[in-house]
Amino acid sequence: MAKFQSLKEAVADNLRDGDTVAFEGFTHLIPHAAAHEVIRQGIKDLTLIRMTPDIIYDQLIGMGLAKKVVFSYAGNPGVGLLRRMRDAIENKWPRAIETVEHSHAAMANAYEAGAAGLPCAVFRGYRGAGLKEVNPAIKSVVCPFTGEELAAVPAHRPDVTFIHAQKASRRGDVLIEGIIGVQKEAVLAAKRAVVTVEEIVDDFNDLHPNLCVLPHWTVTSLVHVPGGAHPSYTHGYYSRDNASYLEWDKISADRDLFTQWMKANVLDVGPDVFASRVKGL
Amino acid sequence: MTVSAFTPNEMMTIAASRALSNDDVCFVGIGAPSAACNVARLTHAPDITLIYESGTIGTAPDVLPLSIGDGELCETALTTVSVPEMFRYWLQGGRISIGFLGAAQLDRFGNINTTVIGDYHHPKVRLPGGGGAPEIATSCKEVFITMKQATRGMVEKIDFYTSFGHGDGGDHRKRLGIDTKGPTLLITDLALWKPDPESKEFTVVSMHPGVTREQVQETCGWRVRFAERVEETPPPTALELTTLRDLQARTEGAHSGKKGA
Repeated sequence: MAKFQSLKEAVADNLRDGDTVAFEGFTHLIPHAAAHEVIRQGIKDLTLIRMTPDIIYDQLIGMGLAKKVVFSYAGNPGVGLLRRMRDAIENKWPRAIETVEHSHAAMANAYEAGAAGLPCAVFRGYRGAGLKEVNPAIKSVVCPFTGEELAAVPAHRPDVTFIHAQKASRRGDVLIEGIIGVQKEAVLAAKRAVVTVEEIVDDFNDLHPNLCVLPHWTVTSLVHVPGGAHPSYTHGYYSRDNASYLEWDKISADRDLFTQWMKANVLDVGPDVFASRVKGL
Repeated sequence: MTVSAFTPNEMMTIAASRALSNDDVCFVGIGAPSAACNVARLTHAPDITLIYESGTIGTAPDVLPLSIGDGELCETALTTVSVPEMFRYWLQGGRISIGFLGAAQLDRFGNINTTVIGDYHHPKVRLPGGGGAPEIATSCKEVFITMKQATRGMVEKIDFYTSFGHGDGGDHRKRLGIDTKGPTLLITDLALWKPDPESKEFTVVSMHPGVTREQVQETCGWRVRFAERVEETPPPTALELTTLRDLQARTEGAHSGKKGA
């Protein structure tokens, strides 16, 4: 049953050192505010799952909170590389991280298998691909009906999934609109789910019947954080802050600059700053 | 406007756009492929279906997206599906006619590396990785590749097989049970290349106006094969150039990044 909490309480109640955690949102609705709260609380030794690690994982990794990253595209979308993640992989700064690399298709299938309560995902993939040789979690199965060899990967079953969404009702049901990515699957695959939202409305009585809605009993904690996806965007509320993504390329290029930026913009502030960051976007 | 004044990059994008038709269902990679696909849509292929891996089907953006999941793609799409549905029903289901990819490293058989430079476990440079590409390369009916020529990018041997082209050439795809065509066209800033029907090695079939064979060879890390008859790519038309430049100007304006702009 969804519990309305402050972001501080929701993170402290749900995420522990050593947990496996997914923060999802495919370019859209990335739960930045939640990730920043995890950084403030210094929850460590995390196994991070995310299709496109982008800025939030660059920050978690750069702050030394990740021990392992499971991913399929480690880039700053539209800009280039993830410099903190690269520094951890190439130079072990601030600590070494283990990486488990997949394709997008494999990650999406693994979340879906997790949501479906299956131990693994089966799909037609990785044919001729080099990842099969370097990731022992990529295996194959033979279709018992046709004999076709198919790829198999373990289902994602995170301890906690964090997502950001447009609306929650007072009962705690959640509405996700626009590019919905893999969030529904990531929530249903997890043991606990924390959702930050732009807005809380009385009820969902007037919604179109086929929208992407998570019933309140699939969500553990709900937090009202306007602007909580910034510099990602929330369809219907504010646009993507492309300038911040470009700026991140410079901030993340230098260890000292990164450390200073994190102190000023994450450690020394709270979730309330997000509302002001999206003004005018 | 004089049609002779165009850059090699513009020629590349326009030559790529010409390879697309109204009936195509195209899975679009970000960057150069995205520009080419939208020029095609705005000129000779208004009904082309453009699909981005964020789940947007039949999108018609007014400006080029900075990322694969920009809001513009969703707002102009016929429908937006979840990412698992995109990869399972639409890509794996065989509903995409053309996958359009860029490459960091490419070999003569159309194999692509966007994962690492150097050894995978101790990389010299860690690149972003494959994203959707490993399955785009094998599930789309055919694959177009576009990149600027440079010896650093077009190499004798790639460091990592992010996505499979024709492998070692010949019938390598068939031997792996892959029944799609794989790379059928490479569009660079200097030339158009097609795989040899037997060996599957990329062969230059057309050079862009003013380009010499020496230039093509100097910017390519393998010994270039030229077709028996090498055509000259027709230069961009005034309409093609205007369409591309307008699109880029709108895109720059939209992404210049001023808050509230």
